Amino acid sequence: MPRTSPVILFLISAAWLAALGLPLLSIAPNRLLSGQGVSLAALLHGWRYALLVPALVLLAAPWLAACAPGRGLLLLGSAMLSFALLALCGEEAQWQSAQDGEGLLRVSFGGGFWLLQLLLWLLLAELLRGMRLRMLWLSAALAPLLWLLERGRLDALSLAQEYRNHQDSLALALGQHLALVVYSVLPAILFGSLLGLVAYRYPVWRKPLFSFLGVLQTIPSIALFALLIAPLAWLGAHWPQSGIAGVGRVPALVALTLYGLLPMARSSFAALTQIAPEVLEAGRGIGMSAAQLFFRAELPLALPVWLSGVRVTAVQTVGLGAVAALIGAGGFGSIMFQGLSSSALDLVLLGVIPLVLLALLLDVLFRLALSLLKVEP
Amino acid sequence: MTRAMIEVRSLSKAFGASPVLQALSLDIHAGELLVLVGSSGSGKSTLLRLLNRLLEPDSGTIHLQGEDIRLCAPELLRRRLGYVIQSVGLFPHWTVAENIGAVPQLLGWPKARIRARVDALLALLQLPAAAYAQRYPHELSGGQQQRVGVARALAADPDVLLMDEPFAALDPLTRSSLQQALWEIHARSGKTIVLVTHDIDEALRLGTRLVLLDQGRIVQQGTPQAILRAPANDWVREFVGQGEAGLRLLGLQAVGERMRANERVAGEPIASHCSLREALSLFVSRQVDCLPVANESGQLIGSLHFSDLIGGDR
Repeated sequence: MPRTSPVILFLISAAWLAALGLPLLSIAPNRLLSGQGVSLAALLHGWRYALLVPALVLLAAPWLAACAPGRGLLLLGSAMLSFALLALCGEEAQWQSAQDGEGLLRVSFGGGFWLLQLLLWLLLAELLRGMRLRMLWLSAALAPLLWLLERGRLDALSLAQEYRNHQDSLALALGQHLALVVYSVLPAILFGSLLGLVAYRYPVWRKPLFSFLGVLQTIPSIALFALLIAPLAWLGAHWPQSGIAGVGRVPALVALTLYGLLPMARSSFAALTQIAPEVLEAGRGIGMSAAQLFFRAELPLALPVWLSGVRVTAVQTVGLGAVAALIGAGGFGSIMFQGLSSSALDLVLLGVIPLVLLALLLDVLFRLALSLLKVEP
Repeated sequence: MTRAMIEVRSLSKAFGASPVLQALSLDIHAGELLVLVGSSGSGKSTLLRLLNRLLEPDSGTIHLQGEDIRLCAPELLRRRLGYVIQSVGLFPHWTVAENIGAVPQLLGWPKARIRARVDALLALLQLPAAAYAQRYPHELSGGQQQRVGVARALAADPDVLLMDEPFAALDPLTRSSLQQALWEIHARSGKTIVLVTHDIDEALRLGTRLVLLDQGRIVQQGTPQAILRAPANDWVREFVGQGEAGLRLLGLQAVGERMRANERVAGEPIASHCSLREALSLFVSRQVDCLPVANESGQLIGSLHFSDLIGGDR
């Protein structure tokens, strides 16, 4: 038997276990009651048995994964399975809701669904590893999801219902979250890079600077918000026209900026120190002034590493921004916490999913910029 | 009286408590290829870096063409002194042409003039411009990179070329071909070159004058022949290789200089540009005491006898 990547085999076995052992859907009589799990096996009847076709294709992975056409078949199988599971859930939710006269019934995704989707997408990513135009293929695999959404096939699911109920607050949260990220990442980039430059130029400052930033990073975000309340409230009291207050946007921006300093300072410092010392020695030796050396050699040579630091900072800030909702700064976090406090899991997801998508999007954009930078060495 | 190209007067430099150069004085004359040679820690690289003000001395003066270098801004001074280092240090994000044109660009030369200069230098260092000008440093071999490094140092036609162990990191064959290239450049341009090395064979092969440094002091200076024939003390004797001094002396002279012209003998000929050291090797390996000598086109022009190796006026 040809050798197959153990990762692929593991993912497929886990997917089968998840399909057999965990509920695919959860059905609750209303929004507040917890639901009852429904397994995939119980949902299979009629056309739905077609679902077994891609599932069986995946079972043949040990034989298929060794050759290119076989891998293509596996790709197709996992993408189709992911799509078919969604379609099945959407259809079941529609049928169940139609049975329920009052319109209070909630059909939501169960643990099995999430785990299956996660495993299938990991499988897709693993199969696409090393292939050209990977991002393109991954986006192509998303197309059926968009088609289902567009045709309203998923409308009966509780997540979609929740979305319809909170459309306005979601749009607001997106705006708030983006503003939080932009207005804290930009100063973090500016000050973090300056600190990195200081650490690079003046070795004496290196240790105290990074120790301080390291300590800053270990303060839990909630504690940092709390710590900022007192000084900012004082500032707001003495300077009312500034609009500064102990809670709200300003402390959130300050805290997020502080958290961005360490990754930015560290990456700027690393970006400058990774430049080969002989390049700088030669640059000085042929008569470049400090400014010429900085702008012609140090800056362009540091750019790729620096940019990946910006990427880390931006993605980190998107995630941390969720916590800022606790002090009233809004964003996707406010939706999440609203869901948590009313134990409405779908509402939590409504906050989490766009958050994850935003982080992923930023990550992809920065990677794209980086790969463009590396075209010319 | 004509002043030396570079005059170093009682130069001292210490790093912390340890002295690196101790009241060193030295004249470097226009057109010579001066080799600073010594073991590591002898202060030879430090001296070189003091010449272009990458380091500042604790005391003492350096005059370049009669002018105190302290009166010249370091950047402007360095643009007059080509600088080549062992690790080459090409700018990885610039093409070969951009690297070579770096100093002319700093000096504000017009584009066309920079281009012409780059092409000429690439030709001089045997890197055809069509194939190499637009490449990036990482696409070149170590030897090719150092050729570009030398071309970059020569770009603005500097008064002096400073070279800090330029060929030490290269394999023997590449090193030898670069030494040959440098020797030809020096012979053709008559440029003043100061080369630092710890390799006594390189020093003997390239130098018109050797300065032997030990612990920050000049131990002996002179032509390769003078140093080999009369080492000033045991340290020099040790450094130039006690048992091999004779062989090294033979290495300094070509067969053509010692042969008996117009005498014809039978056998496989030796080329007249080979060193006497190579001739000795042939005498021993072929077990003969007489070799025919041929010129570059293979014509027999004379013969060399074993006894010619030791005879003659040295």
